[in-house]
Amino acid sequence: MSSQSVQNLTRGIIRENPTFVMLLGMCPTLGVTTSAGNGLGMGLATLFVLILSNSAISLVKSLIPAMVRIPCYIVIIASFVTVVDLLMAAYLPELHAQLGIFIPLIVVNCIILGRAEAFAAKNNLFQSILDAVGMGLGFTLGLTSLGIVREILGSYSVFGWSFAGEGAYPLLLFIMPPGAFIALAGLIIVFNKLRGENK
Amino acid sequence: MSYLMIFIAAIFVNNIVLSQFLGICPFLGVSKKISTALGMGFAVMFVMTLSAIVTFLIYYKLLVPYELTFMITVVFILVIAALVQMVEIILKKVSPPLYQALGIFLPLITTNCAVLGIAILSIQKKFGLLSSVCYGLANAMGFTLAIVLFAGLRERMSRTKLPAAVKGAPIALITAGLLSMAFMGFAGIGG
Amino acid sequence: MAERQPLKSNLFNMAAVLVIVCALSALTLAYVHKKTEAPIKAVKDNLELRAITEIIPEGFDNNPFAEKTYITTSDHKRLTMYPVRRDGKITALVIKSYTDKGFGGRMEIMVGIMLDGRISGYKLIDHKETPGLGTKVADEAFAGQFRGINPDRTDLRVKKDGGDIDAVTAATISSRAVIDAIRRAYDAYTTFSAGI
Repeated sequence: MSSQSVQNLTRGIIRENPTFVMLLGMCPTLGVTTSAGNGLGMGLATLFVLILSNSAISLVKSLIPAMVRIPCYIVIIASFVTVVDLLMAAYLPELHAQLGIFIPLIVVNCIILGRAEAFAAKNNLFQSILDAVGMGLGFTLGLTSLGIVREILGSYSVFGWSFAGEGAYPLLLFIMPPGAFIALAGLIIVFNKLRGENK
Repeated sequence: MSYLMIFIAAIFVNNIVLSQFLGICPFLGVSKKISTALGMGFAVMFVMTLSAIVTFLIYYKLLVPYELTFMITVVFILVIAALVQMVEIILKKVSPPLYQALGIFLPLITTNCAVLGIAILSIQKKFGLLSSVCYGLANAMGFTLAIVLFAGLRERMSRTKLPAAVKGAPIALITAGLLSMAFMGFAGIGG
Repeated sequence: MAERQPLKSNLFNMAAVLVIVCALSALTLAYVHKKTEAPIKAVKDNLELRAITEIIPEGFDNNPFAEKTYITTSDHKRLTMYPVRRDGKITALVIKSYTDKGFGGRMEIMVGIMLDGRISGYKLIDHKETPGLGTKVADEAFAGQFRGINPDRTDLRVKKDGGDIDAVTAATISSRAVIDAIRRAYDAYTTFSAGI
């Protein structure tokens, strides 16, 4: 792989991480991460849509007149989101119920339209897929780590596996709405610290 | 549910931003000054109320009769995008002062997930037309309240000395967290 | 690779491309919708059927879905009702009730009521209560209090409000909400049985 490809793949994971650096897609980030499993599920659903939309848009980019490109991208993205929504309702009903309204809202996740416009509309299929995988994984990483932190503090468990006894009183605040903001603030501080040391 | 209850529930109890996590992007992005926050709030109120009417009619007059309800996401996002464009063009022609005030916020609203979210939620809650409109307006008012309060806090915050580590995003998020905690005090009122 | 210029933005091109994109989208979604329709319905039915099985531990031998009807409460709210039969005789009614008083808004609850008016149990179908707090209203410690009681003879209020029910600690709102949904189901049941 050329260094350019490696860069396209890793950009989304660290340097332009959508959750910790770009603060994109904040609604699902804060809304569904009450547990590690939900965060991972939402991240993977978004990753999936991102790969499909980036590939499709990269393939058809020369067929779309510039003035109607945004509506076309929106229709393409919304269609893939609906496909994911229907498939999850049929085959992963429990996760689908947990993520609720945030699945159709993947459409307006700025990461997806942003990558379509900033990357897939200008690059070939292979590079667009690399970009989607990188950004999607970066987003999944952000959501999963936020989910893990909130689940550990808020329900004393990880991926549903509980490590505290019956009578334990976890810090419920962290699975309630205020905890989402505060846990994310903490993670961003830690992420910036780690990134600063690597420079 | 009475109409008054819809308002109280949407503005205070289940605040759209602070407890339902819709519209976080403009909430964090356009909240550095109270005046811009107010402008954004009013633009959202305008669009959300309109979109409540339009999406309701499209869903029940078009999608349901032709059994196309699975197209809801595609159709709604297109309708909202078109609506925002139209509002922009009409405002420019009809009321230049209002356009001056709200114009720059309108393009940002298309990707405001609150508008699409509320449109889909009022379908899921099986609201009638009037309830949908109330629900849209009430949630937009909740959005405005949250973003104006938040901007007020941030204006104050910008004049204090902060540790380097929390500057920027972290302190904004912590402030939002505290605001959200305050709103939790309304929990359980009515319903 | 030489970049190909996108199609010119003239009216015909723009309209044609938009129509084609939308048509392709509609076709794809129609296909996926057709393929997933049956599994999605099965998932929903399964959830309610499982709830009925849990609410009626004595078991039943009919298909409650085939006999699903609607009944109304005294204030004209329509609820779904599934009659449960054994050897052809109705033994209980399972009523899908709801409340808007939950901590997280609407809760949907299936309530089983035996023919003598006693509650046989309930099950949460859909809710947004706080995990670890409000969700405890589904636990046996709270739910067990309702089994076998008749709302006409037991004061269906939490002790804080002067009734007979022990609320879940730190989740009084969720506890009251469950009671509200059960009352609604019972109200529909009495309205219905008064009409026979």
